[in-house]
Amino acid sequence: MIRHDYSRVDPKRRANLDYKKRQFAKAEFQQQNYNHRLNFYVLPPTAEITLDEFETWAIDRLKVLSELEACTFRNRSPEETTEYMRGILDKYLPLRSDSSRSQKLQEERRKDHYSHFILRLAFSSTEDLRRRFSRLETMLFTLRFKDDDLRERADFVKSLELEWEEVREEEKRELKEDLLAASGMVGKKSEEQEWFKVDWERVPELVGQRRILLKRGKAYVPQREQMSLVVAEFTKKLDDALELTARALSELDEDHRLSPILTHLSQSFTTPDAPYSTSDANINGLSTITHQQIDTLSQSFPLCMRNLHDTLRTTSHLKHYGRLQYTLFLKGIGLPLDECIIFWRRSFKLLTDEKFNKEYKYNIRHAYGDVGGDANRRGRGYTPYSCQKLLTEPLPGPGQTHGCPYRTFAPDNLVSVLQRVGVNDREVLKTVREDVGKQRYHVACNRVFEWSHKREIRKVKEDGSWGTSDLDTIVHPNTWFKRSWLLKHLGEGNVGVVDGGAVGQGEKVVE
Amino acid sequence: MPHSVTPESTPTDDSSRTVSQVDTVKPDPETQDVAMEDALTPPETDKPKVKLEDIFDDEDSDEEFPSSAPIATSQDAFSQPPPIQITSQSSFSDSNVMRAFYQRLFPFRPLFQWLNHSATPSNDFAHREFAFTLPNDAYLRYQAFPTADLLRKRCIEMLPSRFEIGPVYSANPQDRKSLKNTLKKANAFRPLMKELVFDIDMTDYDDIRTCCTGASICLKCWSFITMAIKTIDIALREDFGFRHILWVYSGRRGAHAWVCDKRARQMDDQKRRSVASYLELLKGGDQSGKKVNARRPLHPHLERSLAILKEHFQTSILAEQDPWVTEEKAAHLLNLIPDPTLRSALQKKWDSAPSRPSANKWSDIDALAKSGALSKTPKELLEAKQDIILEYTYPRLDAEVSKKLNHLLKSPFVVHPGTGRVCVPIDTRNVEEFDPLGVPTVTQLLQEIDDWRGEEGEKKMQDWEKTSLKPYVDYFRRFVAALVEEEKPTLKREREKGVDAMEF
Ligand SMILES: [Zn+2]
Repeated sequence: MIRHDYSRVDPKRRANLDYKKRQFAKAEFQQQNYNHRLNFYVLPPTAEITLDEFETWAIDRLKVLSELEACTFRNRSPEETTEYMRGILDKYLPLRSDSSRSQKLQEERRKDHYSHFILRLAFSSTEDLRRRFSRLETMLFTLRFKDDDLRERADFVKSLELEWEEVREEEKRELKEDLLAASGMVGKKSEEQEWFKVDWERVPELVGQRRILLKRGKAYVPQREQMSLVVAEFTKKLDDALELTARALSELDEDHRLSPILTHLSQSFTTPDAPYSTSDANINGLSTITHQQIDTLSQSFPLCMRNLHDTLRTTSHLKHYGRLQYTLFLKGIGLPLDECIIFWRRSFKLLTDEKFNKEYKYNIRHAYGDVGGDANRRGRGYTPYSCQKLLTEPLPGPGQTHGCPYRTFAPDNLVSVLQRVGVNDREVLKTVREDVGKQRYHVACNRVFEWSHKREIRKVKEDGSWGTSDLDTIVHPNTWFKRSWLLKHLGEGNVGVVDGGAVGQGEKVVE
Repeated sequence: MPHSVTPESTPTDDSSRTVSQVDTVKPDPETQDVAMEDALTPPETDKPKVKLEDIFDDEDSDEEFPSSAPIATSQDAFSQPPPIQITSQSSFSDSNVMRAFYQRLFPFRPLFQWLNHSATPSNDFAHREFAFTLPNDAYLRYQAFPTADLLRKRCIEMLPSRFEIGPVYSANPQDRKSLKNTLKKANAFRPLMKELVFDIDMTDYDDIRTCCTGASICLKCWSFITMAIKTIDIALREDFGFRHILWVYSGRRGAHAWVCDKRARQMDDQKRRSVASYLELLKGGDQSGKKVNARRPLHPHLERSLAILKEHFQTSILAEQDPWVTEEKAAHLLNLIPDPTLRSALQKKWDSAPSRPSANKWSDIDALAKSGALSKTPKELLEAKQDIILEYTYPRLDAEVSKKLNHLLKSPFVVHPGTGRVCVPIDTRNVEEFDPLGVPTVTQLLQEIDDWRGEEGEKKMQDWEKTSLKPYVDYFRRFVAALVEEEKPTLKREREKGVDAMEF
């Protein structure tokens, strides 16, 4: 199934991708065969893929990496992470073992392979991005390595032909006690174990935990610690490759044709970009919204929209970007155009009808795609803003209220606004402060969501009505609203209807 | 909608956000120079202390490269007018004293070779960050010098009360501002290499030190540092295979180690963290109870450390520190004993003689255990006793210093502003003989130059050769020579392979 509900690269830039396609197409006949589920990504892809695949694969992998990163930001334990990621991986980047006998093995492995290389290009430009990419790819690899079929994993490791010096019998005998003491193996015989000797730098984790013997810079690694070695090798190879890619990229022109898509992707890494899909407006149990309901519904709005709503109510006005942001959001939750016009007309209490009709009405209609050029009307106006959009646009000036409050508010002000909307848990507020200090705005926002819906989330988890991917990190204000509304109206005939009906076939993109 | 941008809605830049965040004042680069000028005149002590590092840089960039400098403290001595003549009574922080120190005593040339790894100036030295603490406590980061002479010249000009050494960067640290505006900015200026460093400070021993408190030390408590040096040094050599390790007296109550092997210099943060954590044992703060819970069998590194430390435990700890002589302290010892039966037997015994010396209390444990007051196995008791020995003797590292490639550390041979003592190297072959209280102070050294009545040979003698600094400088020069020697063939080999060894 091809996913159409994802945000894309600006259509104007899309044509440039042909260049990229040619790069990949160099040896189009060389369709690679993937013998193993796991991949060290040493060989770049050689076959041609479609434009759709290029974009969606990259975005799907990005989603997976972003979720992994969110797990570390929230200090999930390895077990929790594995559990949480299972649903995400199944949905966005499934990778089955040979033993599954799935028809899609090669297809899945190809997507995994290509998406890795596309992102590698996108994330090699700066040291910071490289480090993050390497860390997250390593986490992903480890996750998969752990749950791989044991026999297939052994085959894979063998295929790597890593140069590990085996410790010879004689040395094993000589170091017997030290080897066992270091690795904490009591009552076992060192002779029965295979040991490898490597430079200690290759297994920094084992060294840090004092779980292996060190001698003159060599680490003596028992067979069962193989994973650390393989993972360290994976990281090292990836880091080296990223350096090379970075150097190769820096020789390209700034306005090289590849730049737009790569920049787009790497920006999405800050906060994964989320599409707005009409399904967000299609909430079971919520009939067509009218302007009178907005005050009540605003209880379920994310802070960015709640802030606009409250400002509108206290000042009877919003400046341009705030109006745009809010109008698109309201459109997104399913407020029809005529209701939206009434909403604004009544909200702007201080304006005459004449002024409103002349200066504001047209803009609202334009946002809905009711007027404007062909393209605008065909596309049904503008897409509701995602978190990424809100987090990357210019900061608001005096009197302006648009944007993401987690980013635009000073921490003290943020905290008092949060308290005003009922977030009063000291621990949560403290962590939110830390999050925004580290510029992890969307993490802070999700934390607040989880706190304010903790009872409902526990319930849907316990009764199994919602899966992990239904509760993944929120990266779109409209998703926040939808999820919040559904959670707060559990048991009103909408339980479990998260996807808002059929996703896919009937799905329309609002762009 | 986008076609109708009204005048009110012009997007604005960061300078006018709705809700202001705390912004640091960012004056022109000129301010920098003004501050430097100021440094040459004696400043007032009650000036508000603004750390220059906060002012100089962009909001976020310095966070990536934090400094290890302690928070500047005021030095009363600075408020005195500078005396005209240097005598042994002169305060070591007088600008004349510091000027004479940098002019006549500081071994700039060996320091240069140490950091440069060869006699010919290279980027190993030129791209190295120095950070100066000026007499007015201003803190100046990202200083860099092409040669030893230029570093010397700047020191004489600015008379830093001390300076620190940071990493070698991918470009000249002084150019970092302009580099930030170039295309691949995140890449253009980044730390590449630095020695692996360790910091051991007596403050971390305050809960078990009984002879002195605060900043003061004596030979008894110095043995904590001696034990630490012995334990860490051997682990770095035997386990990690490092060979060029320079231990330096920190000037008051601690020691630093600089591991200078190329392999150590190239380590990234993850590897530094692993080494630090390999060497760390004690967990938990003052209130955490049992601080050592070593896995059994003991890791060979701990087994070896225990063997070294056991000897010191009898003398340095039981006899000299007498850590459990009071009832309150003895209670802590009791807490560390896992056996309830034995614990109550000991409690009973010590209640009747509360101030029994620690050595006796320690031997009471085995004595009572043998007489039957033991409900657990002798092995468990032995392990608990080993843990106790380690808690009282095992090195307490300030591990944060070791974990980051871009952490700065005070240079060897600078003067400690509080004691006036020179931060001299410690020869590990005679580590037990090192006497921190016998380390010369800067005023004493200047006096020694004046008092020197020897004959000048054909070759003109350096001033430091006339003083008690000589053995330390000699030791340092030998250390540097061995390092430079080892780097030579590597350089040649890499050139032959076609790798540009001087790439950065
Ligand atoms: Zn003392």
